[in-house]
Amino acid sequence: MERTVTYENDLNLKATELRLGLPGTDDSDKQTPSGVRSNKRTLSETTEECRSKSNSGTSDARNDDTETAPAAKAQVVGWPPIRSYRKNSFQPKKTEAEAAGIYVKVSMDGAPYLRKIDLKSYKGYPELLKALENMFKFTIGQYSEREGYNGSDYAPTYEDKDGDWMLVGDVPWEMFISSCKRLRIMKGSEARGLGSYV
Amino acid sequence: MRENRTEMSEDDERATDLGGGGAVVVEASSNKTRSFGGNGGGGLGVGIGGVVDYCPSPYPDQVLENVLENVLLFLTSRRDRNSVSLVCKSWYRAEALTRTDLFIGNCYAVSPRRAIERFQRVRSLVLKGKPRFADFSLVPPNWGAHFFPWVSAMAAAYPWLEKVHLKRMSVTDDNLTLLAHSFPGFKELVLVCCDGFSTAGLAAVAKCRQLRVLDLIDDEVIEDDVDWISCFPEPVTCLESLIFDCVESPVNFEALERLVARSPSLRRLKLNRHVNLVQLQRLMVRVPQLTHLGTGSFSTLDNPAQVDQEPDLSAFATCKSLVCLSGFRDIVPDYLSAIYPVCSRLTSLNFSYANINAEQLKSVIRYCHNLQTLWVLDSVCDEGLQAVAATCKELRELRVFPIDAREDGEAAVSEVGLLAISEGCSKLRSILYFCQQMTNAAVVAMSRNCPELMVFRLCIMGRHRPDHLTGEPMDEGFGAIVMNCKKLTRLAVSGLLSDKAFSYIGEYGKLIRTLSVAFAGDSDMGLTYVLKGCPKLQKLEIRDSPFGNSALLSGLHHYYNMRFLWMSTCKLTLEGCKEVAQRMPHLVVEVIGDRDECDTGDAIDKLYMYRSLDGPRADAPPFVMIL
Repeated sequence: MERTVTYENDLNLKATELRLGLPGTDDSDKQTPSGVRSNKRTLSETTEECRSKSNSGTSDARNDDTETAPAAKAQVVGWPPIRSYRKNSFQPKKTEAEAAGIYVKVSMDGAPYLRKIDLKSYKGYPELLKALENMFKFTIGQYSEREGYNGSDYAPTYEDKDGDWMLVGDVPWEMFISSCKRLRIMKGSEARGLGSYV
Repeated sequence: MRENRTEMSEDDERATDLGGGGAVVVEASSNKTRSFGGNGGGGLGVGIGGVVDYCPSPYPDQVLENVLENVLLFLTSRRDRNSVSLVCKSWYRAEALTRTDLFIGNCYAVSPRRAIERFQRVRSLVLKGKPRFADFSLVPPNWGAHFFPWVSAMAAAYPWLEKVHLKRMSVTDDNLTLLAHSFPGFKELVLVCCDGFSTAGLAAVAKCRQLRVLDLIDDEVIEDDVDWISCFPEPVTCLESLIFDCVESPVNFEALERLVARSPSLRRLKLNRHVNLVQLQRLMVRVPQLTHLGTGSFSTLDNPAQVDQEPDLSAFATCKSLVCLSGFRDIVPDYLSAIYPVCSRLTSLNFSYANINAEQLKSVIRYCHNLQTLWVLDSVCDEGLQAVAATCKELRELRVFPIDAREDGEAAVSEVGLLAISEGCSKLRSILYFCQQMTNAAVVAMSRNCPELMVFRLCIMGRHRPDHLTGEPMDEGFGAIVMNCKKLTRLAVSGLLSDKAFSYIGEYGKLIRTLSVAFAGDSDMGLTYVLKGCPKLQKLEIRDSPFGNSALLSGLHHYYNMRFLWMSTCKLTLEGCKEVAQRMPHLVVEVIGDRDECDTGDAIDKLYMYRSLDGPRADAPPFVMIL
């Protein structure tokens, strides 16, 4: 949903622009005399409604946007009034982790090159296995604790923090993504061998 | 001169020495000696600055002054002291000599030199700098409020300084080093919302041998690699309180453990998020006498070596004196049960960094019958607040912060929560409530159910948002608050508000000292109502509201009684501000532009004005124009 509109005085785009609000309510005409700053609004429906309602003097509440980049989300500087320390306590740590992701190499026996996937983008094993199947065009068999992956020539394995090669699916998902360093899709007799050990 | 004063201060300690024999140290320059020949009391010197004289035997009026000084030693309230100082010149001087706690609400209202000249025996200084809206990035960096002129003046004048409490000041590492070196008896440093210093400065302060309190609250501490935790005195410290949850850099945990072990007086400890639960438990067993604890990270995730080790949190149960709990960063809610044993004793609980839901809050709050202060995130929802209302009958202060601090974010708490709190917590004195939607009815209900309210701060995060059920402005709700809450001293308004709301505030808000306004009002009348109607108004901060020059001029009768006025993105022009500056010579009128330049043109964006005894400050940066 488009929430941000940037008015550029030079091009007078606002004359042709589509927006919510009653015709005739022109709440963006108050420019600063220096006129250079662009006027940003959040066009959430509620604010438009109440602007139409209380038309008189509130319409020139200018957004102080000196610190936000143009065309970014039109959050007003310093509003809501939360100290940045508090605001940042939740966002950056989250986004940092999300941006970082857990990227691991995936190799498939017989494939000419490796791929890389972000383990964090999957919610669990089924999703991960499906993604691998799509990526390398093969099918993984049915997983069982006793026998590993049954009914297929392939077995997904991973190297853990200790350098050991493990079968994908044995440990809880959270533990898996925190200990997995790389993935390898084994094929053929090796794979079958692994299954028969379990 | 100086030596005399020092000796006087030592004499003062012997409060019982009421002028018997020996060297009676007396404030010789009383009114009587100076005016019209007087009655011979007081011997020689006539000094406006308070000359000290020695007399072999006390004259009656000198005994009186001695008595006065000794009585004044017991007077601690600064408002009472201000009144005392107005009685007459000798009372003024006696009060000045006996004032040990100096409070300066605006660091630019008076120069360090003047303050030191008047109050010569200060042991404790409280100093506040930037206007509060600086917390929300409305004041450009390097605006001012530097600690340096104060610390350097005091280094010379107050050798016995023990306590410094700063709020919103710019403090550098050099300032902190100077502080540590200048005051041998230094005991307490409290920094709130300050910036400009790093862990190197902390290391300098840590070395103060008498240090009892080092509290860092919501500061921006420059990250550095200095191991300040290792700098506290050996073999034993006097530490009673160590608060460093806002320090972002990791701390040397082994050093922290040793520090805690050698601090027998430690009662308050608030850790930063680099200390995890397993480490916390090791600390807690060493300080079972803690009364205030701020946990670090309430999880074990940062501790890969112990990823499979469940922390043994029975340490909480051994802290029998815990009354205040905070921290809970990066919380793993499963571990919350660890705090159950202490809940019934808690008077203060701060979950404002803990992303917990209603159920998780309920599991804790059901034990917290004695809670007086609660800070939470709106992740607990209305349901969580209902649980609070049901259990916490002693609640005095509630703050509900938004996890998603955006205007158009998810509405997690609403009028339902506010209403529940008002119905359950009748002793409520202070509330700060962030929400996405509100109704007049709920606010009116709170005004009726909570007659003890002194602080009412409601932040409806969507600008200009009306009552979401009736579509009406929020005038009636806030009107009811000022009408019914007879003790109200602080008010913050939000939502769609017309001038009517302000007329209510002006009519009924007779005790209001602090008022915060944002995106509200229709015309100049709004501000005028307030300036004309609120005699106790001291701090007024306004942003993005359509108040112009005529409103500004309607307050001239009152500005000398105020600490400050802040108006940003309103309808003021340079003309109007200049007129105020002209007519009010003791007001400093600052027009603040963007960081690089001053405002051009007639309309101004930010006005900050305050009374001052010493005129315009000398340290104004280029983007500040003082009229």
